Amino acid sequence: MPRIDGPVAFRGGGFSPRDRWTAGAITLLTIVAFWQLGASAGAIPTLFLPPPATIAATLWRLIATGVLWQHLSASLARLLVGWVLGTVFGVATGLAAGLWSATRSPVAAVVAALFPIPKIALVPLFIVWFGIGEGSKIATLSLGVFFPTVIATMSGVDNVPRGMIRMGQSFGLSTATIVRAIVLPGAAAAILSGFRVTSSIAIVLLVAAEMIGAENGIGAFVLSAGNLYDTDSLMAGIVVLSLMGLTVSGSIGLLERTLLRWR
Amino acid sequence: MTSGIRLILDHVGHAWGKLRVLEDIVLTAEPGEVMAVIGPSGCGKSTLLNIAGGLLAPTSGIARMEGTIADDCLNPLTYVFQDFSLLPWRSVRANIALVLERLPAAERAARVTEVLALTGLTDFAGAWPKELSGGMKQRVGIARALAVRPACLLMDEPLSALDAQTRDLLLDEFAALIARAGTTTLYVTHNLAEAVRLGHQIVVLSRRPGRVRDIFRLDRPLLERSPDDPDAKALERTLWHLIRDDAAVAERERIDAAD
Repeated sequence: MPRIDGPVAFRGGGFSPRDRWTAGAITLLTIVAFWQLGASAGAIPTLFLPPPATIAATLWRLIATGVLWQHLSASLARLLVGWVLGTVFGVATGLAAGLWSATRSPVAAVVAALFPIPKIALVPLFIVWFGIGEGSKIATLSLGVFFPTVIATMSGVDNVPRGMIRMGQSFGLSTATIVRAIVLPGAAAAILSGFRVTSSIAIVLLVAAEMIGAENGIGAFVLSAGNLYDTDSLMAGIVVLSLMGLTVSGSIGLLERTLLRWR
Repeated sequence: MTSGIRLILDHVGHAWGKLRVLEDIVLTAEPGEVMAVIGPSGCGKSTLLNIAGGLLAPTSGIARMEGTIADDCLNPLTYVFQDFSLLPWRSVRANIALVLERLPAAERAARVTEVLALTGLTDFAGAWPKELSGGMKQRVGIARALAVRPACLLMDEPLSALDAQTRDLLLDEFAALIARAGTTTLYVTHNLAEAVRLGHQIVVLSRRPGRVRDIFRLDRPLLERSPDDPDAKALERTLWHLIRDDAAVAERERIDAAD
């Protein structure tokens, strides 16, 4: 039999990654620096991929002349209206499906049938229905946001512990109070993670709808810049879209930290 | 002081599909009396309590209450839950205030302050449930129940999620709070010491389908009892002899959604 005699070796390390935001920032800056160096050295053709400095200069020009704001404000208005409409109706429908048998299966059937349709394929139909203007774009966005919101809300409501609802009933609380004080807060985490999904869906659909038929908006701006081989403006538009996505997901993060601070 | 109501279970039975859980339960808890219900696991104790409080409809028989309800009573039949059932997104104060929603704000705040003081939670009014130990959570549970000035407390294994030391501490507090409030109380437990400490009537249920096997009476007032009373110890032994065989069988039964 082998004899053992020595310290117990530590083997409980790892599997606990930490967030270091500085490492993230350094990574992004390094990529941009190599990109700029590659372009300056002539290794990257600037027509196909303009260097960061040129994009920054173009972006600054677009801001200074007010062109950017003209497109950005149109996009933001569509994004806001479309997302809010889809979210309000989606949360209400998801709640109804999560709470009552009368609405549950009908909603589930409609969601199952319509959710898989790529919403962008409906844009031509919506143009026929609502015209080439704002209506068709907002309808596309809202519908794209609606279905994932219904699903997220419904599963959130399903996961509220039944015991808490029974508690509310046992104290004689009204249905309205049970929904407001127990069901909605209990489903909030799921609904908010639904917001993360729907906000990025909304940006994708926004740009796509603006590319199909719009005179203004970031999507239209990027498309027309591409048609003119103005890759500087095109890339500036893409940077704006990236910043838009970052801002939206940052706001949702803030909302989560505020609403879910009890966790 | 007996402000409680009489709670009557009149030939109550319950079945989940073909599985009979409770049969022909006839029990009366007199006003201000604590009725402790014990029995092996799966004997339908919690089912009985849910029927008594209107959270579950019996498949036969009826649960009734009789008596007069005080004007300030917001919810005659009020539960204290095994898992506390606190809302994690509300502070201690807001958890209690929620069940007082029908009161004007000033009166609501006054009642919250009162029950917090009564249960020694004043310093924890602003705490989140996750910051509290199990014992403190159940103190919030009992504070919330007392805040509605109930006529009957329905306590579902309120101490079984706690460690033994906390259980002993809370048991004494429960005895004092119940005696002070004078409510009728239905106290479901599998812990014989709890039943003997709190029960004026101790109801022994058989294993599934649960029937009333025996009823013991203990008339000594709650505040004059001590866990070391020799007659209490003797009764505990008697109860254990009575349910031991049932408990051994029940423990080996397959667990299903019956209880």
